[in-house]
Amino acid sequence: MFCLIPLTHNFKYLFYTIMSKKTGFLSSSIGKKFLMGLTGLFLVSFLVIHVTLNSFIFFNDGGVSYNAGADFMAHNPVIRILEIGLFAGLLLHIFQALLLTMENRKARPTPYEVVNGGANSSWYSRSMGILGSLLLLFLVVHLSNFWVPTKIAVFNHTEHNTFAGMKEVFAQWYFVVIYLVGVISLLYHLLHGFQSAFQSLGLNHKKYTPLIKKTGIWFSIIVCALFAAMPITMFLGIIK
Amino acid sequence: MSHGNMNLTLKVWKQKNKDTKGRFETYDAKGISPDMSFLEMFDVVNEQLISSGKEPIAFDHDCREGICGMCSMYINGRPHGPKDGITTCQLHMRSFKNGDTIVVEPWRSAAFPVIKDLAVDRSSFDRIMSAGGFVSVNTGNAKDANNILIPKDDADTAFDAAACIGCGACVAACKNSSAMLFVSAKVSQLSLLPQGKIEKQDRVLNMVKQMDEEGFGNCTNTGACEAECPKSISLENIARMNREYLGASFTQNKA
Repeated sequence: MFCLIPLTHNFKYLFYTIMSKKTGFLSSSIGKKFLMGLTGLFLVSFLVIHVTLNSFIFFNDGGVSYNAGADFMAHNPVIRILEIGLFAGLLLHIFQALLLTMENRKARPTPYEVVNGGANSSWYSRSMGILGSLLLLFLVVHLSNFWVPTKIAVFNHTEHNTFAGMKEVFAQWYFVVIYLVGVISLLYHLLHGFQSAFQSLGLNHKKYTPLIKKTGIWFSIIVCALFAAMPITMFLGIIK
Repeated sequence: MSHGNMNLTLKVWKQKNKDTKGRFETYDAKGISPDMSFLEMFDVVNEQLISSGKEPIAFDHDCREGICGMCSMYINGRPHGPKDGITTCQLHMRSFKNGDTIVVEPWRSAAFPVIKDLAVDRSSFDRIMSAGGFVSVNTGNAKDANNILIPKDDADTAFDAAACIGCGACVAACKNSSAMLFVSAKVSQLSLLPQGKIEKQDRVLNMVKQMDEEGFGNCTNTGACEAECPKSISLENIARMNREYLGASFTQNKA
């Protein structure tokens, strides 16, 4: 009992260290960037699972292994809890992005007449907001295509053939186009975001930073190539 | 060497003071030598303006050898002009072609209000320095330099960070008007050395707090600051400041 009082006090202190509106870590410019990087890397870890599981369609076995994986993801309680964390992470990432963008706009009230941004930075590193917004729009389409029907099926305790749903969506050319735009946005968002997250977390090292940068580039290309291959192969009828 | 054979058109930002609205004005710069520095070209233009009874263009300058950090012109969309690793005063007119139109703007940031024309008020940098950019030492005789041993690599890294002249090009180049490169260079140059390590926690917390209060934007790691910095200050400094800030926030033994 005795130790409980100082313990709550300690937690309160830690809470203020992180959350205090004026002096808390997360209210500072560095804290906000830290959270941006942390949630970004968390979302990257989700991409690994997502692309791995979806790649089951490339077994080309009529969706048997893919549906088994999708069924596991839809019903496993651990995944259900992680799903809440995923949405929380996504919302936090979006919320922080809006907050940072508004602050950054305010920091330059008079714009330049001439800006030669290409001379000092990549276009996609300067366009993370636009790329992220495209991704968000894509996510609305994507979730309504797959996530919502799956949820409805789980709620009604009915069987849901996710693979069949995928074939149905990717039979329409305009969905293929939307998905490719989404994947390209993801590619460039990741090309900057992956290595940028490590920098925001303070991880910059003579030996490891070049490795992180190369890993980031290959990760972005491989993940996005696999994602892009899904609607294309299905539309062309290669995956049956 | 050729003399006085360049004719240029200048589009320069004119603004009476921080409370008035500015606008661009066009000037003809005639008889400019390619061997002149960019500031000398402005001197010539101002001489012509004064002799014809017009108001000269106000701009900041002091040492004119790239070490004081006063000159601050945003030239054709880039701080300190088209060349890398130099200040405006080190930029020569041979970097331009005869007949070019050159657009010259002041640093644009809420934290750098325009004093007049191309001169901006960078006292926000001074306030960040007063918040923690120093080492508290007792006065008295200077100690023997070899009393405190410093690894060569640390001394070199600290020196590279200390090369920052506080010109504000990082803020001007950043699409977010972030001052992270400047502040991180100042944090690094002190915290890497034994004399500065003692106060490193307070320093990083106070300097970042002041930076945020001054209204600078947030870093998105575009790397524009590093590319435009006349002293080529490295982004590694920003990462160092990020981790020092994280460490100090959570481990500082103060309530």
